[in-house]
Amino acid sequence: MAKKMTIVLFSGELDRALAAFNVATTAASMGMEVTIFFTFWGLNAIRKQTSGRKASGWMRKMFNWMNRGGTRNLPLSKFDMVGVGRSMMKKVMKDSNLPSLEEMMSLAKELGVRFIACTTTIGMMGLGPEDFVSYVDEYAGAATYLGQAQQGVVNLFI
Amino acid sequence: MEAEVRLDCSNQLCPMPIVRAKQEIMKMVAGQVLEIVATDPGFPSDVKAFCAATGNELLALEEAAGKFRAYVRKQAE
Repeated sequence: MAKKMTIVLFSGELDRALAAFNVATTAASMGMEVTIFFTFWGLNAIRKQTSGRKASGWMRKMFNWMNRGGTRNLPLSKFDMVGVGRSMMKKVMKDSNLPSLEEMMSLAKELGVRFIACTTTIGMMGLGPEDFVSYVDEYAGAATYLGQAQQGVVNLFI
Repeated sequence: MEAEVRLDCSNQLCPMPIVRAKQEIMKMVAGQVLEIVATDPGFPSDVKAFCAATGNELLALEEAAGKFRAYVRKQAE
């Protein structure tokens, strides 16, 4: 039986998401069954660009306006410089023949990586399934993650 | 060494040589040999770990003129 690996993607920065997808695609290539549990800021990686506009209440609306979703809105954890560092990083990655985060996510799906989106954070932020990209396999909670993690030989929190 | 399939991963960094090797191997039949050319300094170690984890056989790993060449035989599922 294939070995299992899980990743909790808690962070919403481009570099951290890239690290998660680098390890996820490699593990899947090595024959592992990989699950990524997206929670909190990590949900931004799988949110649509325009998500969260219809959330109820002014606080949620304001929050979703500030905390923009979509891969293109993820900042760098260091030297983002209001997007300048991000653009430079993307240019350097392209020059190094590295896939973009969007390409990595698509690769991960091709390799059978499962995406689980955390319903607690989604509920708190006033979001719904319509706010997420079609890559999401399941909307679930911590118990579902732990069910996978218990069988995992590698479990990462990023 | 004879290989049925050839994959050039020159100037590509981790994880691409391994991910692309996996994609090629999925399309091959058991017993066929994949030749992978790569320049990533991590590749020799990575391809060994990849073969150990997947059960595919690493027939040879060579280095010449700054390029690594690995020959991997696909094992039966």
